[in-house]
Amino acid sequence: MTIWSVIGSGVAGLAVASELVSRGAQVQVFDPGGPPGAHGCSWWAGGMLAPWCEYENAEEPVMRLGQTALDWWTARTQVQRCGTLVVANPRDLPDLRRFARRTEAFVEVDQSEISELEPDLHDFPKGLHFAQEAHLDPRQALHDLYRQLQDQGVVFHRKLAPSRLENAIDCRGRHAREVLHDLRGVKGEMLVIRCPEVTLTRPVRLLHPRMPLYIVPRGDGVYMLGATMIESEDSSRITARSMLELLSAAYALNPAFGEAEVLEIGVDLRPAFPDNLPRIRRLGHMIYANGLYRHGYLLAPALAQGVADLALENKHSEMVDEDRA
Amino acid sequence: MKTFYGTDLPNPLMLGTAQYPSPAILEQAFRESEAGVATVSLRRESGAGQTFWQMIRDLGVLVLPNTAGCHTVKEAVTTAHMAREVFDTKWIKLELIGHTDSLQPDVFQLVEAARILTEDGFQVFPYTTDDLIVGERLLAAGCEVLMPWGAPIGSGRGLNNEYALRAMRAEFPGVPLVIDAGIGLPSHAARAMELGYDAVLLNTAVARAGDPPAMARAMMQATLAGQLAHQADPIEARDMAEASTPVIGKAFLS
Repeated sequence: MTIWSVIGSGVAGLAVASELVSRGAQVQVFDPGGPPGAHGCSWWAGGMLAPWCEYENAEEPVMRLGQTALDWWTARTQVQRCGTLVVANPRDLPDLRRFARRTEAFVEVDQSEISELEPDLHDFPKGLHFAQEAHLDPRQALHDLYRQLQDQGVVFHRKLAPSRLENAIDCRGRHAREVLHDLRGVKGEMLVIRCPEVTLTRPVRLLHPRMPLYIVPRGDGVYMLGATMIESEDSSRITARSMLELLSAAYALNPAFGEAEVLEIGVDLRPAFPDNLPRIRRLGHMIYANGLYRHGYLLAPALAQGVADLALENKHSEMVDEDRA
Repeated sequence: MKTFYGTDLPNPLMLGTAQYPSPAILEQAFRESEAGVATVSLRRESGAGQTFWQMIRDLGVLVLPNTAGCHTVKEAVTTAHMAREVFDTKWIKLELIGHTDSLQPDVFQLVEAARILTEDGFQVFPYTTDDLIVGERLLAAGCEVLMPWGAPIGSGRGLNNEYALRAMRAEFPGVPLVIDAGIGLPSHAARAMELGYDAVLLNTAVARAGDPPAMARAMMQATLAGQLAHQADPIEARDMAEASTPVIGKAFLS
């Protein structure tokens, strides 16, 4: 029986491995960094499963393909299905109207409805509630996939993949750039803070003319605060400006965030193609699955299904843009 | 059309490169509009935006780097030097922000930075207000182009003070003038050109539109229409109707 080799154990690699195994394939995984951790950019993600919200600034496939993520992840890890709340300060209401025009599957909510959904949000006159959206804890999700794959007999090799592998799938994100020349890195910066005084139960997005900020509850008063999007390939550290913007946005949501402890600062590069949509390419014996951009958890299931379709059934999903087997 | 530091623009639309949903859509917006100048910000990419900058170079249009986000003369001068290296051009759109909410230019620092950069061989495109005296000072500092705002950056309010913009056009008849910032609709761009401005520069109105390439095309068509109308010497508005066919001699029934 063919053994499929997946290279990279970030969200793309693990999702591909999981999808292949679920279709009866035999799989091994190579990653010199070892089990999922801080070396992969999916470690630093928000974990929002928000296909409708993301459609505001993305192309149609993100909304359509992203919807498969809800059930795919629910079958594999704990998913909180309590929607997304989008709010704006009164001066930015034109941005809220624009957001509403560009998206779907929401209801408009007023100040009292916002307070009913999230009692700790007081000062927002209008908002949008995307009830079907969900979120997960990215690190828990990676860990769960990793454990399930081990239980299913997948061997993880803590080393570089041998050259001249046959039947291999390269999910190395931006490290595949030596082959995928149209791949670029888009810098993202995030913070993890702890603030038990504030209770939010669902991801909240604060619209802002310069940066779309979101805050994702991780439980126990811990929140992920993200994320910048900068056309830069320097992932060495966060800038003071970004940190100020992230923290002042949290403060604008609720001034009690001013007392939060900063637990973590994350900086990494999202792998992206020029249209910011993922791609599957088969070049010789290697299938490349890459370019999840800011949609790692949202689009990894669709990407994995596309890879499995190509690898196991030779079917070409819409993400396949090149096939030179 | 007037030249910009000796360079003829292929058309009067300058398009920004920020805030598009993706570089692919940015590229389509340029291709469909045929805008001849791309402005690009360096501040936030600080030396590591090579891939993105290469995409801008690959557009094959004139590049006008800017100092967006700079609040001091020193920052702006440093950014301008970086821009000259990255894009191999003397052009710099000088932006010095004085007010956080309105992003209004700090015209005092602007004049100072324009003088320093001009002496250093730069060809400065200053983002300024519609103040005539500031305009004079910028020209005295060595600028050969002025770029007054129509309205605050990203506000889409159009030409906030048409009277002042007319006065500016009349005051500096020989200077290339560009409406920079505030354009939200093609009609705003057309109006700017009807007033006799030489070009318009815009970004948000296209990048944040639902269909950026279509809006870019609309902006180009409006800009060209306004330019053509200005050259065609439009009629004056008047209070009473003026029949376009004579009444005398026409048969009429009583």
